[in-house]
Amino acid sequence: MTVISSRPSVPLDAPRLQATPPLLRAEGLTKRYGTRMAMHDVSLEVYPGEVVGVVGESGSGKSTLLRLLNLEEMPDVGVYTLDIDGIRERDLFALPRFDRRGVQIKHIGIVYQNPHLGLRMKFTSSGNVAERLLIAGERSFATLRAAARDSLAASEFPLDRMDDPPRVLSGGMQQRVQLAKALAMKPALLLLDEPTTGLDVSIQATVLDTLKRLQRERDMTIVLVSHDLGVIRTLADRVLVMRGGRVVERGLTDQILDDPQHPYTQQLVHAKL
Amino acid sequence: MANEGKDSMPLLTVERLTKDFHIDHLQREIGVFRDLSFTLDKGQFLLVTGVNGAGKSSLLRCLYRTYMPSSGYAWYTSQHGHIDLAHAADVDIALLRREEIGFVTQFLRPRPRVSALELVMEPLLDAGWDWEEAQLHAETWLDTLNLKRDVWQGYPSTFSGGEQQKVNLARALIAERRLLLLDEPTASLDRIARAALVERLASAKQHGVAMIGVFHHPEDVQHLIDGEISLTSVVLNGAVEHVD
Repeated sequence: MTVISSRPSVPLDAPRLQATPPLLRAEGLTKRYGTRMAMHDVSLEVYPGEVVGVVGESGSGKSTLLRLLNLEEMPDVGVYTLDIDGIRERDLFALPRFDRRGVQIKHIGIVYQNPHLGLRMKFTSSGNVAERLLIAGERSFATLRAAARDSLAASEFPLDRMDDPPRVLSGGMQQRVQLAKALAMKPALLLLDEPTTGLDVSIQATVLDTLKRLQRERDMTIVLVSHDLGVIRTLADRVLVMRGGRVVERGLTDQILDDPQHPYTQQLVHAKL
Repeated sequence: MANEGKDSMPLLTVERLTKDFHIDHLQREIGVFRDLSFTLDKGQFLLVTGVNGAGKSSLLRCLYRTYMPSSGYAWYTSQHGHIDLAHAADVDIALLRREEIGFVTQFLRPRPRVSALELVMEPLLDAGWDWEEAQLHAETWLDTLNLKRDVWQGYPSTFSGGEQQKVNLARALIAERRLLLLDEPTASLDRIARAALVERLASAKQHGVAMIGVFHHPEDVQHLIDGEISLTSVVLNGAVEHVD
């Protein structure tokens, strides 16, 4: 055995190993609100089955990014594609409004930090979950009810409360209804905006556990925004660090948390209790 | 191209690998190791030696890409092709971690409300195994490492250091790998678990698994060692100081 050996030449043009194309590709996303630049030239790729975390302080552009990816808002500049039959070659921002809404309903699920944004508080929980299927054209009450039940069960929501409206539920249960609603159409992409922020620590752990299990069982592709580095370490494979509307660093989760390169990321990681 | 002649190439060829940490708030570089070169073939076992701070664990972390190498190359012959671990895309490193390269430490990162048994099963579940099959396999590993059966369903955050270590070793070793990076895996194990672990490593080596390891008690694995990477110097403020 030779240690400290001669140095054999190796090909310098080694190809990429990953042959699968990314599910999500966003390029050059730029967004202004009036004179304020909320996001500047942000690009990302997310591969099937991957969880990509987005971290940064308030105002860094994390939530703007999620709203753009959810097609709730349009960027000033930027291209966004999903590798899904029928829409593969299309820039989703360039679609007519009706088609864009169709893509959002069918292929993208979202869980907001604030359940009031994602739920109708006075409808029943099962009604909230079934709403997306209804919009997508399902009219059979029995089918809607069964789908809502399945989705709530997958989100580990207590089924004896499926007809209670979200306004009478705890924060943790409201997040489970949101999750069930997001999953009802079996979307290709799940967007999570601070899904456990504001929950009690013990409830946070159970919601995280549910997310981890669902991700594994359904091989879901997820973009997760969180300022909680513990949540990011638990769920994310890769991380984007945002500051002032720009991505300042990106990398594997353990590399970003254990060997941050950018001064801002070092600050962020070292500020963790 | 990717797969040409891959059988004749070493599994790993490290060339002039260097790691410095740049700590922004200190405004300084902290050197760890510099210009390290070595090769590793299938089924070979390299022991990394050196004093505290010589960069033994950092070397393993650079190869796993938990640390970003500062310069140099680490060419790895994967089943998918030939790739430089120091510069590969994150998604490719993630793929290799799922399928080929394992990192084995003594420290467990427990997750709230996940049992010891399920933590060990997880790498197999992630790889698509059935629950029952994964459970059977995990139980065998926990048995081998001599973890008491009555704690298998417990949450490891309440375990002793030694018990956590056993869970972590089982979790790290349960899925088959082509390259194992071992960071003091035997450090505080009891005698039975230590012997069982060394036996498993010997068996993996026989099956062609390559290993690079830092060991607190190198005598445990003496019979497995094919070569040594000696980090005999530490780099301080850019100057190399020899310490032996």
